[in-house]
Amino acid sequence: MNIVISNTSDKPIYQQMFEQISAQIIKGELTRDFCLPPIRTVAKELRISVITVKKAWEELERQGFIYTMVGKGCFVAPLLPDELGSKRNVLAYEKLKKDIEYYKVLGLSLSDILDLIKRCY
Amino acid sequence: MEMLSVQNLSKRYEKFELKNVSFALEKGYIMGFIGRNGAGKTTTLKTMLNLVHADSGKAVVFGKEFSDNELAIKQQIGFMFGGANFYPKKKLKTVTSVVRRFYNEWDDAAYERYLKRFDLDEDKKVDELSQGMKVKYDLTLALSHNAKLLILDEPTSGLDPVSRDDLLELFQELIEDGERSILFSTQITSDLEKCADFITYIKDGKIVASTNKDDFLGSYKIVKGTVEQLTEETKHRLIGYKKNAFGFAGLIKTENLPSGGCLDVFAADIESIMIYFEKEQKD
Repeated sequence: MNIVISNTSDKPIYQQMFEQISAQIIKGELTRDFCLPPIRTVAKELRISVITVKKAWEELERQGFIYTMVGKGCFVAPLLPDELGSKRNVLAYEKLKKDIEYYKVLGLSLSDILDLIKRCY
Repeated sequence: MEMLSVQNLSKRYEKFELKNVSFALEKGYIMGFIGRNGAGKTTTLKTMLNLVHADSGKAVVFGKEFSDNELAIKQQIGFMFGGANFYPKKKLKTVTSVVRRFYNEWDDAAYERYLKRFDLDEDKKVDELSQGMKVKYDLTLALSHNAKLLILDEPTSGLDPVSRDDLLELFQELIEDGERSILFSTQITSDLEKCADFITYIKDGKIVASTNKDDFLGSYKIVKGTVEQLTEETKHRLIGYKKNAFGFAGLIKTENLPSGGCLDVFAADIESIMIYFEKEQKD
């Protein structure tokens, strides 16, 4: 499991953790029943607050990426390929929606944006 | 489980008053205590520990009222106020041999470990230590009797950045098993960004906020804009602001952010929150 935290980013740290771990689950780098390290160990290792890690884990659980077994820890949820696909689409949709707002402010039209995407892809 | 609960602590001096100070710290967490010089941090900590008698209010530690169980509770508390400055002409090992007798659960192995970790020489005399070394020695004493609650007044002051970082790392190691809590005051807000779970902010003897760090940081934003945008209405919404030749910057409660979004909004850090709060007297 890899996590890279930026303290200067505008994005809250729990959000950074959520995005990185969920991406690793979606990409299949973390597979079902993988045991996530204990919250307090993660906090110590990354030098962040225990509460921040808890919040990231809660968000992962709320969105169905992990499950908790009391007294044992948190594990990557067993997701079917089409569930993974739909979670991937949800994440991409949310991100794209925010980006598109920004392009709209810049005054780009839909076809401008599509052109840009094609050029970058 | 609550490890520490401070309830309506008040203390009146001729020129300063601690007013109904209340906050609580759960087991297994680090709380940073911030405020300007003279805001009441040390007075709060001392009043909690009965080193200063409160006019009213109480501190409950490990579920028991502090003033009724002072000796028993102190066995399980590690505290430090400033660097060690007792017996300046004595060697550290002599001072230690006195201090260790006060504690039933003195742990020689832990003591040796911290001496080594902090690079302290037991054969030095107290007044031969630098300020930073005194702080480290004081911490060593506070950490060597299996304390469950650490109450530390400015433990990072006088330490160089490397030692400070090492100390904060140690704090996180200490709470990793979830059995201990740490309450420490500091002027160095980056200490808190690094390791605090909770923040308690005191201003003029009153608690402004006591909450988890993420909520604390999330509830304020920095806004920036042009001089024209600094209307009376905007001023009214701001907690504090600073004007310059090219525009203004101010602090605002997230819930008071004006809709419309013509101002630039930035995440606030602890330092800027404090600065704008203390600059409340505008213009």
